Amino acid sequence: MATNSAHHGDNYINHEKGLWSWLTTVDHKRIGLMYMITVMFFFLVGGIMALLLRLELFAPNTAANVGQVLKNGDVYNQVLTYHGAIMVFMVIVPGIPAILGNFFLPLHIGAKDVAFPKINLASWYCFMAGAALAILTFFFKKIDTGWTFYTPYSIRTGTATVMMVLGAFIMGMSSVLTGLNFIVTVHKLRAPGMTMHRMPLFVWALYSTAILQLLATPVLAITLLLLAAEKLFGVGIFDPALGGDPVLFQHFFWFYSHPAVYIMIIPAMGVVSELITTFSRKVIFGYTAIAYSSLGIAAVSFFVWGHHMFVSGQSATAGILFSFITMLVGVPTAIKMFNWVATLYKGSVSFDSPMLFALGFLFLFAIGGVTGIMLATLPIDVHFHDTYFVVAHFHYVMVGGTLMALMGGFYYWFPKMFGKMFNETTARLSFVFIFVGFNVTFFPQFILGAMGMPRRYFDYIPAYETLNKVSTVGSWLILTGFLFGLWTIVQGIRKGEKAPMNPWRSKTLEWQTASPPPHDNFAVEPIVTAGPYEYR
Amino acid sequence: MMWFNLAKAQSFMPTQATEIAKQVDNLYGFLLITSFIACVLVIGGMIYFVWKYRRKTPDDKTAYISHNTFLEFLWSFIPLVIFLAVFAWGWYIYHDMRTMPKNALEINVLGKQWAWEIEYKNGYKTVNEVVVPIGQDVKLLLTSNDVIHSFFVPSFRIKQDAVPGRYTALWFRADKLGDFHIFCTEYCGTSHSGMIGKLKVVSREDFDKYLEQGQEERNLPLSKKGEKLFAVKACASCHSVDSPAVKVGPSLFKKFGTEETIDDGAKIMVDENYIRESILEPNKHIVKGFPKGVMPTFQGQLNENELSALVEYIKELK
Repeated sequence: MATNSAHHGDNYINHEKGLWSWLTTVDHKRIGLMYMITVMFFFLVGGIMALLLRLELFAPNTAANVGQVLKNGDVYNQVLTYHGAIMVFMVIVPGIPAILGNFFLPLHIGAKDVAFPKINLASWYCFMAGAALAILTFFFKKIDTGWTFYTPYSIRTGTATVMMVLGAFIMGMSSVLTGLNFIVTVHKLRAPGMTMHRMPLFVWALYSTAILQLLATPVLAITLLLLAAEKLFGVGIFDPALGGDPVLFQHFFWFYSHPAVYIMIIPAMGVVSELITTFSRKVIFGYTAIAYSSLGIAAVSFFVWGHHMFVSGQSATAGILFSFITMLVGVPTAIKMFNWVATLYKGSVSFDSPMLFALGFLFLFAIGGVTGIMLATLPIDVHFHDTYFVVAHFHYVMVGGTLMALMGGFYYWFPKMFGKMFNETTARLSFVFIFVGFNVTFFPQFILGAMGMPRRYFDYIPAYETLNKVSTVGSWLILTGFLFGLWTIVQGIRKGEKAPMNPWRSKTLEWQTASPPPHDNFAVEPIVTAGPYEYR
Repeated sequence: MMWFNLAKAQSFMPTQATEIAKQVDNLYGFLLITSFIACVLVIGGMIYFVWKYRRKTPDDKTAYISHNTFLEFLWSFIPLVIFLAVFAWGWYIYHDMRTMPKNALEINVLGKQWAWEIEYKNGYKTVNEVVVPIGQDVKLLLTSNDVIHSFFVPSFRIKQDAVPGRYTALWFRADKLGDFHIFCTEYCGTSHSGMIGKLKVVSREDFDKYLEQGQEERNLPLSKKGEKLFAVKACASCHSVDSPAVKVGPSLFKKFGTEETIDDGAKIMVDENYIRESILEPNKHIVKGFPKGVMPTFQGQLNENELSALVEYIKELK
């Protein structure tokens, strides 16, 4: 299927020229790249803030010279809030679906574009507008509520909460639009012969995520509007001084934000499925189980929000029910883990950098998973709730999981996106530093949590000092890893060797067109006759 | 058993100062071991496979194994059983944690930015220091003046949010003398990390002495304060307090802890939260047979201390 257009050197990058052609493009691949640039920028900002937080925690404030990086509790709380909000709303939630999903969903199913290309562009502008609004608050009145905006603190604190939640609201619209677009694309634009059960697992993951985005995000939107109304007009929904119920906000908030956790992680699972099968060159084990467990996780995730509130004052009965349902999420997740490991059995495993990230994902996700079960267990959560144990747990699943998958996915699809190869040595170095650094940073936080150190602390008692020091040093290793990654990507784009059509000898459709793909993806519409991973 | 104790010893949990703490740590120890085994299986399996089946030539033949129903059933079923067992074990302990003992020593704790205000029954007040006798059930009645705080004693493995506008409670029975940290774990603004208190477990005699000392510098007992307020706010013109006789409103005599039928026919327990609600939002749950809209709200006219005092007074009308 080597294409004529590729022969003439026409691809999506040089199809049209000039900045304006990018800002008005409706090509899903270009929109994917635009997301990539913006998300990488936000990741940089959020990452610098993380480093500052860790630097502040290097020593207790009583220590001379160190431990006063962020001046006082207010500054620390603001940096903490922006770190969380940026990483959640602008990096991890949009990350994989908006960058890799946009770029590869149509290629994966043999389509020319997504179903609604203009809505796709509009969702990027929504995202940018919301992000701009949210970040602008930093230059007016900084917000210090934490990314969860818990009432009544968020109502009382005299900061830019309204502007920030409007930003999040608009970003949520972007999320809904992308989800809608993906669902229709999957249902309507599959190439001839591609049944639902011949879709790559990354497509299944994006599809499950899209359903979550479509159903859960509006709840967040309404909650945030109610919060803004409470703050502006004092309507008395959440503010106890006006007869409102502050815990109600938590119910609303987590009804979105718990499914959101899976919006963050299911796409990562999809990427990992692609990487494992390609780099062990073997048909995936339990295709249907993996595909449907994504849907299963998505469905159950709507009924577990209360496990964030075991000590909030909700009834003991509610706590027990939520704990029970939460345990059920563990099952499909465990199934996926076992399937991936089983796929390696009797395969031909290579250690290219994308695969290293996938294996790193399995390692970190196993630890994130078992600690998740601990947190779902009622009396143990009572002790661990809002301590560093929780911080460690969600960084293991969300950062260790999602960011490892995102990095692996970047490297895997890099040749397709840019038509160039990257430097394998620096790519592997980026893995080693991120992986080691990550464990050095976050594993001690499990121990800190067990010892009782609460999260969102600007300062701590001397007993916690050593482990905090170790954790801070780890953050520098992660920084080194990401700098290697950035170098690899930039150098690859600038100087990389020309990439072949299918460097990893993968079986999925996106590799059956030129690198980089032409404007319309495929010169000839592909016809699908078998499943996506038929390595025989 | 040796493994089990080893796991617990390596769990980095703080000193166990209550029976509940021991139970929690037992479950945690079990989970640590199971988790460790699960990780060894998954991560170890992964490492073994990637090494054993590493690519040897560019054109290795791989096996075509798409699924194995028996295996898949097994690895779905076994985790499910383990998860449910852990859930049940957790439920068992949680039940003890959440069932408030009768005849406990009650202490009111008020969270505020950024300190814990402690008030004993006799009106003795302290800040950031709770003193309790060893071996006695203690119930803390929590609320907050401003934003949500959370009362956490790591050594006791207990935690409960203090929510403005309502009461929450937790209980413990300390079985170790000494000083233990109290942290605030619900983010509450600027000095969140500075909101650290001390929980002192002392002997019975020391506790009595402590309270006596407190008596000397006391104001009024909580319920006495409530009685005064009750008069000042003219509550007595509508509610009788010494007989079941009904005035404009229902009598409060011996009402605490009983069940009332409200206007929509439902039953409601007369507990701290209902009394509080009736003072602040009197028309929300009217006792059956009484008209709506008669009692004015006292929203904004009473602070948390005064509310607690009134609640305490009504509780003691026996």
